[in-house]
Amino acid sequence: MKRYQNLVMVLAAIALVALPLWMVKKSAPGTDGKQVQIFAGADDTAKDLVSTLSPSYKPWVQPLLDPPSAETGSLLFALQAALGAGFIGYWYGCSSTRAKLNQSREKTVGC
Amino acid sequence: MHIMEGFLPVKHAIGWSIASAPFVAYGLKTINKRIKTNPEQRMLLGVAAAFTFVLSALKLPSVTGSSSHPTGTGLGAMLFGPTAMAPIGMVVLLFQALLLAHGGLTTLGANIFSMAVVGPFAAAAIFRIAKAARLPFTVSVFMAASCADLLTYLTTSAQLALAFPDPAGGFTASFAKFAGVFAITQLPLAVIEGLLTVVVMNALVRFNTRELKDMKVTGELAVAREAQA
Repeated sequence: MKRYQNLVMVLAAIALVALPLWMVKKSAPGTDGKQVQIFAGADDTAKDLVSTLSPSYKPWVQPLLDPPSAETGSLLFALQAALGAGFIGYWYGCSSTRAKLNQSREKTVGC
Repeated sequence: MHIMEGFLPVKHAIGWSIASAPFVAYGLKTINKRIKTNPEQRMLLGVAAAFTFVLSALKLPSVTGSSSHPTGTGLGAMLFGPTAMAPIGMVVLLFQALLLAHGGLTTLGANIFSMAVVGPFAAAAIFRIAKAARLPFTVSVFMAASCADLLTYLTTSAQLALAFPDPAGGFTASFAKFAGVFAITQLPLAVIEGLLTVVVMNALVRFNTRELKDMKVTGELAVAREAQA
């Protein structure tokens, strides 16, 4: 069981991501003919909620740099994830190789 | 949990920045001290930071039909203590605020407070309580990481509710609305964060047994089990 614990947990995480994609259905376009967007960012939904709670509020600063398109934005997010995943992969590779080498050394000394 | 640039009134923006600053400063001090005395833990600090980088970049779809992201700060808080995560969280938030227009400089203090202060402190506290209650190690890790994730988003909801109380129902009604946006979306994501944190923690226990024992993350038990394996 212990051996498969990690695999089961990763599969469960993937299922939790995949299920909403399959469960949440796009509702029909409203009367104004605008397409309903699903899986938009919660951060943006909160931004809209601010506008409904206090309609007079105007943001007093604009972001310094705004990615010119969604593609550029996702490029930077991918870069951020790649940096992190790259380092974790490096650590995992180093660690598992070290563990293997230690094991084989113990074996030869044992003989 | 990112409050967008300019979306907190000036007073709130300044207040949250002042509240977060000492945590970041003290966190930098603890990290420096630890790396000096235990240089072998540098690699683990890198793993903790990298984990936050990956998880906070993943915007995952949720059952509510909107997307949000985990924070990844629980792992580092369990390894290095809650204060170490404040500067690490700041680096991630600064990257997103400057380059991605995700979050902002005026809201940086508030965002640090929810993701890199409240989350890590919750993770460290829950982890300690769960261990004291003799819950299994993986269960403790899971609970700490997922609760930290959820509490981060509840903090954001409270911050926004404080700044924008409901005209009729005040803070409480506004908090319920923001929590409806953030917390419910976050429920499945908190579970995902808990699961992934356990996976990485399992690998850490396997490969960095000695360091984790030194850092008092695992007790003698895990070390003994590792020696048998």
